[in-house]
Amino acid sequence: MSKFRKEGKKEMPGVSTASLPDIVFMLLFFFMVTTVMRETTLFVNVTTPKATEIKKLKKKSLVSYIYIGSPIKRLQAAYGSAPRIQLNDAFASVDEIQEFIATEREARHEQEIPYMTTSIKADETAKMGIITDVKQELRKANALKINYSTRKGTY
Amino acid sequence: MASKRRSLPEINAGSMADIAFLLLIFFLVTTTMDQDTGIARKLPPMPEEEMQEDDSQIHAKNIYVVLINAHNQLLVEGELMDISQLKDGAKKFINNNGVNPNSSENPEKAIISLQNDRGTEYMTYIRVQNELAAAYTDLRNNASFKKFGETYAALNKTQQKEIKKMYPQKISEAEPKNIGGNE
Repeated sequence: MSKFRKEGKKEMPGVSTASLPDIVFMLLFFFMVTTVMRETTLFVNVTTPKATEIKKLKKKSLVSYIYIGSPIKRLQAAYGSAPRIQLNDAFASVDEIQEFIATEREARHEQEIPYMTTSIKADETAKMGIITDVKQELRKANALKINYSTRKGTY
Repeated sequence: MASKRRSLPEINAGSMADIAFLLLIFFLVTTTMDQDTGIARKLPPMPEEEMQEDDSQIHAKNIYVVLINAHNQLLVEGELMDISQLKDGAKKFINNNGVNPNSSENPEKAIISLQNDRGTEYMTYIRVQNELAAAYTDLRNNASFKKFGETYAALNKTQQKEIKKMYPQKISEAEPKNIGGNE
């Protein structure tokens, strides 16, 4: 008999689960920190067009969103299917954009205002008429930094 | 005999992992990792009342006119063009450097004028914007390769500025027309 051979059957040691809570907590904190809750419910269908020359939108807290698209199915009976503008949680008309930009500005610090961006999330089937109107209002409101929201890809 | 001071019963931490798991799953489900991407543009400020039109100083040959009509067709420099050709057309125009007397004098003076109809589809507009941006990206990349041996994105700030000065992206948008009717 060799000196090192152990007597009897070898048993597999059980994997220690003592550190499992730590691992889970670590993951939990990671997701808690990175998570961004969706703050608006979309009332319009938006499929953004595809583009290749895209840039990432930084500083989400400084971005205001304008959604343009046809109302979702549930609301089409009441609002029709023509593209509409959605600001925050409600449909809006073009004239309300200046007011919207003003409220968005009030919520930010004064130093941050020049860095504010307006992201236009418009459906690819929308006509330029409505988008031009929005752009004109943004010019009037002096919110000149805009971003046409797009997906990555080519046609 | 039991001691007078009653020892505190220890909290059972066995279920901690379960609680943490529950929270973890909640955050996993609600989290949105997608980053917003898009084409960044700067709108021109509203013209002031007594501002003088100084367009007369720009020679017509330095302007690359791109028109989009309500049927999403392109008219570039007076000729019908397919979107797929726009990038090459724009590149040729910008990088003309006076070779063709009817095209731009140099990249710094070249201006792209974009005008669309109110009936133009947003998708087409973005595609045109994208093609024009791609033309500039290509030219800048070529220039940076020639000068620094790297792509434009890999350059540092001062180098990028230099290239940007060589190829300033001048895309001007005219007020849209409403010829196509609808809406």
